[in-house]
Amino acid sequence: MSGSPSSGAGSGEALLRIRALRKSYGGRVVLRSIDLDVAEHQVVCLIGGSGSGKSTLLRCVDLLDTVDDGTIHLGDTELTDPQLNANAARRRIGVVFQSYNLFPHLSVLENVTLAPRKAHKIPRREAEQHAQELLARLGLAEKAKDYPDRLSGGQQQRVAIARALATNPELLLFDEITAALDPELVGEVLDVVSDLKHSGMTILMATHEMGFARHAADRVCYLEDGVIREQGSAEQVLGDPQHASTQRFLSRVLDHR
Amino acid sequence: MSENTTAPGPAATEDDGYRPSAIRVERERFRRGRRRRDGLIAIGCTVGFVVLVCVGLVSSPGWGQVHSTFLNGAEFRRYFGGILGGFWLNVQMFLVSEVAILVLALLVALIRVTRAPGLAPLRWTATLYVDLFRGVPTLLLVYLVGFGVPALQLQGTPSSPVVLGCIALILSYTAYVGEVFRAGLNSVHPAQRNAAKALGLSEGQTLRHVILPQAVRNVVPPLLNDFIALQKDTALTSVLGPLEALRVAQIHATYDFNYTPYFAAALLFILTTIPLTRYADWLQRKATVRQWAEAGR
Repeated sequence: MSGSPSSGAGSGEALLRIRALRKSYGGRVVLRSIDLDVAEHQVVCLIGGSGSGKSTLLRCVDLLDTVDDGTIHLGDTELTDPQLNANAARRRIGVVFQSYNLFPHLSVLENVTLAPRKAHKIPRREAEQHAQELLARLGLAEKAKDYPDRLSGGQQQRVAIARALATNPELLLFDEITAALDPELVGEVLDVVSDLKHSGMTILMATHEMGFARHAADRVCYLEDGVIREQGSAEQVLGDPQHASTQRFLSRVLDHR
Repeated sequence: MSENTTAPGPAATEDDGYRPSAIRVERERFRRGRRRRDGLIAIGCTVGFVVLVCVGLVSSPGWGQVHSTFLNGAEFRRYFGGILGGFWLNVQMFLVSEVAILVLALLVALIRVTRAPGLAPLRWTATLYVDLFRGVPTLLLVYLVGFGVPALQLQGTPSSPVVLGCIALILSYTAYVGEVFRAGLNSVHPAQRNAAKALGLSEGQTLRHVILPQAVRNVVPPLLNDFIALQKDTALTSVLGPLEALRVAQIHATYDFNYTPYFAAALLFILTTIPLTRYADWLQRKATVRQWAEAGR
């Protein structure tokens, strides 16, 4: 585990800083008050039952939803500022969804190069070269010309990761990226995430893979009822949870493995 | 149709020493027999039905009359060439209108789905246009444009009935096809828009590179459907007098008091729409296969 003190305010500010974030949908409060820091090169895992607000939190960070209250900072940029150029901010963040959401009318290579070429105005040749390197790194070099419907779920999700990486984002958001996969395909996707961690990416991910969280996460946050009930190192939260609700949640999840 | 689509004996050539078991051989023999029986029943029923219809027609009291007025061989041979010449005008009107309709309808649909505040007046205009022109029967529109526009006596207004007819068709069909395009734009899964947004693509880039290509693909079958209708509706312009197939047939029919020219014109329309219909079906099947692929979900 990295020795840096978690949630250090003031000096050495974290890359992503969330303060008193609140979000409700039509009267139902999903996020009550969230305070969370993600330091550079850290992997932070969000765990919690369904409906605990993990996905909503990620959607707020990626500006796919507008927050009700509180602030989110990415570096020096306040993402919750209504005057913000949302598209420019989104280009700094890579997102991978549970359901892949690849563009079915584009080949793998075109999926990966679309944002670099159109949003970042990188010349085609350069974008394609970078994409080929990424695909090779994720074990998809042979699949560049294929269309998404020819790929397995695990391959599609790895293409989605390549697509998110293609714009060299400062922060990656993974929203339960293995939840839609067949069990035997989960490993290949998690291996990619481990690789990304070792290459120094900053990752905030919602996950149900406790085993993965235990060995890959620098910090684990347990969400419940719109707040972070408990957070700390993986050993701490998963191995020796202090809060009764965290204990209950973990016993429910781990009993059925 | 039979459920079994296994190619006959696919495993026989595999080199793992597999030989079809007696059970499999027996099953396949039974299925072949079943398929043969189904085929014979289908052919038998079809032939029976056609014979029944023909007998019913031919034995009806007025058949002799109908046969000589609608299906007169000599009349058919005499006028077919002229009607075919007229039909070429239908095809030309169809092709020109179709291109214009595709472009304008896409424009109308895009205007209606954009959310840019500055385009609000355009959006309302487009909505009003669609509401109005979908409500007016095409034939009425042909009359209104064909006789109304020249009556304005404005500088530069077209006076050719062919051009006026095409304008009426374009006005009417753009409203319909625009709605088809709009439905297509709305049919693309919202997750696709989110994925594009998350990549930092602007609203316009998302529309151009992600939404539109998928939308167009989704609406090709219903579009073809509208174009089959358009192909037939070119005959509505006959009321303005251009020498297209129906008009030519009409002239010949009133000259001879024989309706065979109408039959000839009908035959030409059918012969051109059937391939279009088959093509639309084929595209629809292909589109369905793609849609079922898990990719976009």
